[in-house]
Amino acid sequence: MPTKKSQKIDIYAMTWRLPIIIWQLLFFVGPVIFMIAMSFFLVKNYRMTEAFEFINWSKMFSKNYFWDSYFYTVTIASISTILAMLLAFPASFALAFKASEKIRRWAIFLLIIPFFTSYLVRTFSWFVILSEKGVVNALLGYIGLGPFTMLNTNFGTLVGYMTLTLPLVVILQTITMANIDKTLIEAARNLGCKPLSTIWRVIIPLSKTGLIVAAIFCFILSFGDFVAPFYLGGSQEPTLPILILDTTKSGQQWPRAAVVAIVMMITLFTVAFIGIALAYRKKASK
Amino acid sequence: MVKNTNNKMFRMPNRRNLLKISGAAVLTTPFVSRAWAATTEINMLAWYGHGEPDMVAEFEAANNVKFVSKYYAGGDNMMALIAQSPPGTYDIILSDGEFVQQLNAAGYIEELNAADYPFDDMLHEDFTKFPGHWADGKLYSMMLRGGHLGVSYNKNAISAKEAESYSCFWKPEVKGKVGHFDWHLPSLGMISLYNGNGSNLWDLSDAEWNDVQETTLSLRPQVGGFFDYGGTFNGLKNGEMLAMCGIGDWITGVLEKDGAPVGSVIPKEGGIQFTESYCIGKGSDKAGMVTKFIQYMLSPVGQVKSAQMAAYPGFCVTKGGRAALIEADPAEAKRSHQMDGMSNEPIALINEGRIHYRDIPKQQSLEDWNDFWSEYKNS
Repeated sequence: MPTKKSQKIDIYAMTWRLPIIIWQLLFFVGPVIFMIAMSFFLVKNYRMTEAFEFINWSKMFSKNYFWDSYFYTVTIASISTILAMLLAFPASFALAFKASEKIRRWAIFLLIIPFFTSYLVRTFSWFVILSEKGVVNALLGYIGLGPFTMLNTNFGTLVGYMTLTLPLVVILQTITMANIDKTLIEAARNLGCKPLSTIWRVIIPLSKTGLIVAAIFCFILSFGDFVAPFYLGGSQEPTLPILILDTTKSGQQWPRAAVVAIVMMITLFTVAFIGIALAYRKKASK
Repeated sequence: MVKNTNNKMFRMPNRRNLLKISGAAVLTTPFVSRAWAATTEINMLAWYGHGEPDMVAEFEAANNVKFVSKYYAGGDNMMALIAQSPPGTYDIILSDGEFVQQLNAAGYIEELNAADYPFDDMLHEDFTKFPGHWADGKLYSMMLRGGHLGVSYNKNAISAKEAESYSCFWKPEVKGKVGHFDWHLPSLGMISLYNGNGSNLWDLSDAEWNDVQETTLSLRPQVGGFFDYGGTFNGLKNGEMLAMCGIGDWITGVLEKDGAPVGSVIPKEGGIQFTESYCIGKGSDKAGMVTKFIQYMLSPVGQVKSAQMAAYPGFCVTKGGRAALIEADPAEAKRSHQMDGMSNEPIALINEGRIHYRDIPKQQSLEDWNDFWSEYKNS
């Protein structure tokens, strides 16, 4: 009977789905619900007390520094995303279309290697390279340039973001472009499409989904990163993750930190939702 | 037939039995040794460095104890860690002096017996009746060490004469090279001193608080970053920062010993003293051993260890400790001005009224100060 059959299939499928559902409920949905509840709690004598007050929301939203941090974080994460996409594209293009299969495999392996080491350690290594007496300024000094201040600036923050995101973006872009049907590119060329036009009108549209996913990942990682803006940017203009730390440090205001975290999550959900909608949007047929 | 009556105990074991016996011996040895000489664990809550081997290893070996340290950064963080733990979690708490009264008010610490400690050996009378350490004639905390916060600077960029005033932070040549230790209390305290509030630096009227905010904002174009301990250390070491607001010898001292051209002085407007004190955690069942440890740290040997602490130096608070430091490590005593007659000698600075003990705002809340600090960082 069809009903019994479908019921059996459901149980079988559920058996395999259950671990991930339980995992998500325990480690994502549960903490998020707790965080939302916590944003209404109060702190008395450094101890959180259960309450349902909107004071934390009104307090944070009424502060100019919260909105300054918010817009700065959105801006610098957007710049990071654009920069990573632009820097990664030529490399990914070369790996996808110019390099042999063997070289491509090695390149992807080498791009994974940075993730074997701690991001914090990689960030600290930039001190040696970017400081005023560092490697970059020493090299520039040979041609009579500098010294330039690179640490504790937006440039420093962006270098940190690239350290975090660039290898991942290159990998995602490469895998996406390597899977494009090469005959379509050849067809475009045979029909007289110029190289740049082929990239713009064939390769980018065909790899749109992967490119947007790479951009979303880059934005998410940059938006939530604490290490680069704190250590390489000198916390000059605090990003939202730094604001979370500042808020918890002073008076243990975890509920107010929860407000900041929820705003961050809503922003990231919105960006991811719009990005995915764009990635999978079908072109309207004429 | 004669039955073999040999005692099994004395029979030569076969290979299987030998293995069994050996295995059992290996597995039970740790329990035997623990039962024989159980090591007492002492849970310590402190700033980084106080539970490291250079500070506690000798005491551990002599008393068969083991310190299990939990480190915090800042008084708020310390209060939260205690508030979120059951009573008796921490046997010994190292607190910033200004937070002892809050620990006591919340009932987190035990009363101490004043007779157990060397009050007659303290270097300054203030140390014997330190604010907040006593309540209703009862002692709750024992001062261990201190340090002075003032102008910390790179000697190649700022002269000793210029460093005599906080105004050197506004020097055009150090624009973008002035760093802040990322904690509002010491930095805003220094600006309050620069504004001439003297001993009232924490007790500001609304008008004075507004002035402090205005002066602080005027420093913002000079500021190159806000740092934690590691960032401050690196910034001064690699020359990215040429002056630091909010710190003192506790950071530059480590770099100075390493040969970096940096130093800290107390400017003419005055400096701030941080004070670190030991308390016994409420409900601790090892109060006896903790008392012994505090006595050890206040002994000449302990005071020398404290002055030489690898993580960050602090000055001795007992006469015996200072004398022992001068004898054991004259170079460090000289570097940290802990010799009578030296300029910037800590006790002389206190006597001259140039040092003010770090405190919390009196007329504003800590939240007001922190809110302004966040605004300042974003401005």
